[in-house]
Amino acid sequence: MSNLLGWIDERFPLTKMWNEHLAEYYAPKNFNFWYFFGSLALMVLVIQIVSGIFLTMHYKPDGAMAFASVEYIMRDVPYGWLIRYIHSTGATAFFVVVYLHMLRGLLYGSYKKPRELIWLFGMFIYLALMAEAFMGYLLPWGQMSYWGAQVIISLFSAIPVIGDDLTLWIRGDFVIGDATLNRFFALHVIALPLVLVFLVVAHVLALHEVGSNNPDGVEIKKNKDANGIPLDGIPFHPYYSVKDIVGVVVFLFFFSVVLFYFPDGGGYMLEHANFIASDPLKTPEHIAPVWYFTPFYAILRAVPDKLMGVGAMGGAIVVLFFLPWIDRCKVKSIRYRSGIFKANLIVFCVSFVVLGWLAMQPVTETITFMSRLFSFLYFAFFVVLYVTSKNESTKPVPDRVTS
Amino acid sequence: MKIASMKIANNMKKSIVLLIAAVMLMPVMASAAGSSVKLESAPIDIFDKESLRRGAKAFGDYCYSCHAASFMRFNRIAKDLEMSEDEVREMLIHTRGKKGEPTKIGDLMKVSMTPEYARSAFGTAVPDLSLTARARGADWVYTYLRSFYVDDSRPTGFNNAVFPDVGMPNVLWALQGLQEPVYKKVMHGDVEVEELEGFKMAQPGKLSSAEYDMFLGDLTNFMVYIAEPVQVERRSLGWKVLLFLVVLFGFAYALKKEYWKDVH
Amino acid sequence: MSTDNVVDTKRRRFLVNSTSVVAAVGAGFVAVPFLSSWMPSERAKNAGAPVEVDISKLEEGRLLVVEWQSKPVWILKRSAKTLADLPKFEDQLRDPHSENADQQPPYAQNDNRSIKPEISVLVGICTHLGCSPTYRPEIGPADLGDDWLGGYFCPCHSSRFDLAGRVFLGVPAPTNLVVPPHSYMNDNVIQVGVDGESA
Repeated sequence: MSNLLGWIDERFPLTKMWNEHLAEYYAPKNFNFWYFFGSLALMVLVIQIVSGIFLTMHYKPDGAMAFASVEYIMRDVPYGWLIRYIHSTGATAFFVVVYLHMLRGLLYGSYKKPRELIWLFGMFIYLALMAEAFMGYLLPWGQMSYWGAQVIISLFSAIPVIGDDLTLWIRGDFVIGDATLNRFFALHVIALPLVLVFLVVAHVLALHEVGSNNPDGVEIKKNKDANGIPLDGIPFHPYYSVKDIVGVVVFLFFFSVVLFYFPDGGGYMLEHANFIASDPLKTPEHIAPVWYFTPFYAILRAVPDKLMGVGAMGGAIVVLFFLPWIDRCKVKSIRYRSGIFKANLIVFCVSFVVLGWLAMQPVTETITFMSRLFSFLYFAFFVVLYVTSKNESTKPVPDRVTS
Repeated sequence: MKIASMKIANNMKKSIVLLIAAVMLMPVMASAAGSSVKLESAPIDIFDKESLRRGAKAFGDYCYSCHAASFMRFNRIAKDLEMSEDEVREMLIHTRGKKGEPTKIGDLMKVSMTPEYARSAFGTAVPDLSLTARARGADWVYTYLRSFYVDDSRPTGFNNAVFPDVGMPNVLWALQGLQEPVYKKVMHGDVEVEELEGFKMAQPGKLSSAEYDMFLGDLTNFMVYIAEPVQVERRSLGWKVLLFLVVLFGFAYALKKEYWKDVH
Repeated sequence: MSTDNVVDTKRRRFLVNSTSVVAAVGAGFVAVPFLSSWMPSERAKNAGAPVEVDISKLEEGRLLVVEWQSKPVWILKRSAKTLADLPKFEDQLRDPHSENADQQPPYAQNDNRSIKPEISVLVGICTHLGCSPTYRPEIGPADLGDDWLGGYFCPCHSSRFDLAGRVFLGVPAPTNLVVPPHSYMNDNVIQVGVDGESA
């Protein structure tokens, strides 16, 4: 056995990689609950890839057959229903986990120097994930798939001069059609997963280069023992591997509760109107995006001008990329930051959730007013952060992590 | 370390409670949209195989001659509702295929009516009923079927409170009887408008009102079943998976505890 | 990090092993739905369901091809002469008496390989590599040689079978053509895919 390993190690850095990324990767010993979501996101990615591959074996990316092929999977393929629900529940789980993972970054300043690139790779993952989810949602070819895609693609028509040609080019037809379905299928099953996997590798490599942040925001590499091992670090394997396994099992429990008992997610994960085959001549009464896009959709709806609305929606995502430079405070963790920052962050999180809820409501005057208010608060977070973080009154940061 | 792990446990508890609350709220939030008519709660029980078999009979007798359920197979019904294939054949298979070949027990529940014929007869294509209960909800199906009333201005002589100007006549009128609408006058600002208040039975049908509701409950139940035939199996597999995860959690948690004794 | 308390390696090993075993069992269960999704779907099973064939209009010597389990099934009404010719080949055949029981149901394990002597029912797939042989009823055609008395010829690798589906010696196909399970619902209707009550 060790001979074989030696043979491989002379030709491929297997032991070296194992040590660098697991057995001798020293992670801070004070990770808390929030630090589960990175590894969970990785696991959901694997779940989605495996279940997706098996769905591809039975799905037909053809305008005339797609809807029926999904029901064929649900009824005729042995355990097809389970594989399909794993994939649809996995989409929601992915966003739940990623949003919590991003919130962790905000709480403990994980995006700050020297981890700006980790954050940027993460944001690109998020962007790719949104594209992946959006294109995947077209594939069941129901009414919501169809009209949701129609609305989102039409957003591009707001771009001056080239807008109309661009939307035509994206669709490949004058309306969403077979051509659109086919290209979205190709992007969903091959192109974007490749991009995602590449970005995830970059994200993890960048993380392992600089080392993990922690709830105290202390750089553990500043305090090392005689062997150059951080005093507050513990090897990722076995300590965090056994801990993450617990996290995975707990996650799978909740995942299974939804999968087996609420696979529709009450109409938010599999929307009711999506059980009607797509009909280009008839829009459903009430179109709302799937839950994970709703906050941005609310911002879009809040702005009365088409171009400005699209700009605001795009801006809401783009501004997140600049977070490492908007937040000028040297202190990382929320534990040692000012009350202003805490209040600002709470308002931001509340705005995000409320915006998500608002987008699912039919438009009324109150809803529009609230959408505008909370869109304003969403953007205000970044402005307030930029202004107040320069000379923020922070608490003293300890030298070592607190356990 | 003790304090920290308690903190983690506390944090976890909070998040778990939040998650459960969110999951439980979802179905409540979902029923917000819909038509103005208040939907009755459908008396259905997806585990009641007796009711589902009665529903299958009703579906075969009253719906399946025009409506297809073209994602559903006859033998699936036999298997799930614990009927023999011959019973299902007797109950549901009345036609042969396009080329006159005998309909097989494993065939999909298609109908011989073409969309063109349907359009000329009803002014619209006859919808496939495989997924209707999932697209509209059980309560909608149930209330819709109770809400036909006599309306001479319509070509079929019927209108429906849940689905105004629907193309389908009340094929169940012989069972339900004929309902006439009762209006009340409502002021909308300065304008007086007639609003549908309810129905009165103009001519009783073969079934009493309670019997008819039960009949519709069975039919709705069957339609909920065909919209997702796997749902009973899904639930029964679910708790086994959850049970397994609880066991795995026990081992994983003990393992974690053991290793983390090293960390101070 | 310190190691002042003694590590209970035995307990550790037990927990690692037991957790791994339970997780492996779980992984095994997870594999079941994915692997079984490759089994024939309900649609495929329905397509493979027994097929009823009306043979009342079948002419002697005319091959009728029907589809069963998406495979071609040949039904041939053989003339008295053809039946009389069958024993003549016996020394040139690999398995003249159909002793390989996998290739036909017991009720077709006879010299004609059929229930009724004249009606031959065969799965039209070469036992070599799965091509569908062609029906060549003519006597002594130029490409097949003068001693050809009618049979099936596989264009892929030149395997030859007689009109009972028996394979000749010296060709790549290892076994006789398969006789599918079939039965007579009445004199004129064959049901392919179902064994008769006599079986």
